[in-house]
Amino acid sequence: MKEAVTIDAKGIFYRELNAKLRKVVSNGTQKIELRNVYGQRYIGTDLDKPVEIEIFGTPGNDLGAFMDGPRIIVHGNAQDGCGNTMNNGEIIIHGHAGDILGLSARGGKIFVREDVGYRAGIHMKEYQDKKPMVVIGGTAQDFLGEYMAGGILILLGLKLKEGESHKANFIGTGMHGGAIYIRGDVEEFQLGKEVSAAELDENDHSVLKKLVGEFAYHFGYDAGEILKHKFTKLFPLYLRPYGRLYAY
Amino acid sequence: MKLKELSRINNFYHDDKVIDACSIFGMMDTSGNRFSGKPVVEAIANMHVRGNGLGGGFAIYGLYPEYANYYAFHIMYLSREGQAKVEDFLRHKFHVIDAKEVPTKPTPGIVNPPLVWRYFLEVKVEESNGQSEGDYVVDRVMEINTKMEEAFVFSSGKNMAVFKGVGYPEEIAEYFCLEQYEGYLWTAHGRFPTNTPGWWGGAHPFNILDWTVIHNGEISSYGINRRYLEQFGYNCTMQTDTEVVAYVVDLLIRRHGLPVEIVAKILAPPFWSYIERCSPKEQKLFRTLRQVYGSLLLNGPFTVIIAHQGEMIGLTDRIRLRPLTVGVKESVLYLSSEESAIRLVSPDLDRAWIPMGGEPIVGSLGKPLKPEKASVAEIKSVRKC
Repeated sequence: MKEAVTIDAKGIFYRELNAKLRKVVSNGTQKIELRNVYGQRYIGTDLDKPVEIEIFGTPGNDLGAFMDGPRIIVHGNAQDGCGNTMNNGEIIIHGHAGDILGLSARGGKIFVREDVGYRAGIHMKEYQDKKPMVVIGGTAQDFLGEYMAGGILILLGLKLKEGESHKANFIGTGMHGGAIYIRGDVEEFQLGKEVSAAELDENDHSVLKKLVGEFAYHFGYDAGEILKHKFTKLFPLYLRPYGRLYAY
Repeated sequence: MKLKELSRINNFYHDDKVIDACSIFGMMDTSGNRFSGKPVVEAIANMHVRGNGLGGGFAIYGLYPEYANYYAFHIMYLSREGQAKVEDFLRHKFHVIDAKEVPTKPTPGIVNPPLVWRYFLEVKVEESNGQSEGDYVVDRVMEINTKMEEAFVFSSGKNMAVFKGVGYPEEIAEYFCLEQYEGYLWTAHGRFPTNTPGWWGGAHPFNILDWTVIHNGEISSYGINRRYLEQFGYNCTMQTDTEVVAYVVDLLIRRHGLPVEIVAKILAPPFWSYIERCSPKEQKLFRTLRQVYGSLLLNGPFTVIIAHQGEMIGLTDRIRLRPLTVGVKESVLYLSSEESAIRLVSPDLDRAWIPMGGEPIVGSLGKPLKPEKASVAEIKSVRKC
């Protein structure tokens, strides 16, 4: 195993940075530290080895896009499009994330300690054993899980006060696959027309136990405490909600 | 700019890759301290890949304290004849206190620049026929922009100005020697034109009096907005959608006297489904606004930074189809398309967050936004009335 590599990213254009990452990873390096990251896009894209990349700073849009295996740890906030179409690997964000977190993801895991912006989990999908999983520690803005076609989305609301509910509207609009688990209250009017709420069964509890356990491990929480709280499961009502919309 | 020339200013990898989004950045010291544009240029340049070199620009407030009582006109001329005619017009309608060419320096990347001149003007009261000064100035700007050939007024406010053109924003900053200026409020824009030409007048910010607007997005209601504004004497001449926003805020805030919070509900009105859940009093307000000002609703995706003397306002469309991040460090407020641009110039923010769609973020002189403890990100919204 090669030694850990540290790269000072200050002033490096994103293409050069990603080219450098590809080169370093192809040499068999398993641990990379990126310092002074200010907005470089697509970090981790195209990488398909089990390398760990620690980022200090604010990575740019589409962090981990199309990534296939690495683990990215961000000490800071992520911008928009984090985990875009990722296939495998993990993204762990010690901060918040912007809009369209995990869009079109087809595998891998994303853990966000704080809040996320609009449309988290939009059009995630699953196929056989490929199943993207997203756990959000804070709350979300509108259109959480929009057009979701598969995978698991967990919203923990850890910063909500007693009796305070999530604020997101249009949750699960157009959703037609996968499951959303929400800890804390949501009102009926906050849900999209294509989802319904249900009680959790045994399988749901085991999914939560595993993923919340991992979340708690990453960020130093007590999983048991988090799981004590009531969760609501949202599931899609239809397989093809818009099947007749454009057909005539 | 012709389409076939586009390749000339495309990215230096020459692979036609475009990442398609404008970049916007605003920085305001709410204590009124004036600062150089260095961090602003650095921040907007950090979002270089969002634009494509077809437009860059800056608005600076607190710019001309020595001429603070005069209207500072920045006028772009496409010919010397245009300039002669406009200067003749200005002498008839205003007392011309000072007239000079705006200093520039040759900059790689800036090609075929027009002439840009700066005038400090005082309204000739005897010419104004009892019109308010503001209305008089707006009318004269419209007159130059619509009736006089080869001349466009880029800015027309007091103690502020707009510098803009075709190029990347960092090139425009170099071209106009912005390092020599100071202001307490700066906004900056890098353009990726979508439906309209990339020309000098189409660069952001757009301005009327001391209002400026920079915008990321696409205002598909432009036609409706424009026709409505024409009834009030505003004529759109810059061939691009964002221009309407400058006139809308002049109309609603200066002329109709509406507060910013109400203007936000006109530009980005709440959904009917939301209104139905509101109290009868609020329902009445929201319904009235939609009836009276329905034609000023901005349809389509947008994030704008609106500024005028003493105030900087960030606003997105109601479902936030374009990004906006807010940062606060002591008395300084930052608004940006991307958080990384803020962190680059202010790594140790008191607070950074992403506001809800349709919710205005307002920075005012003398009123710093207070950082909340332990809040890295927060979702500010009261969705139940």
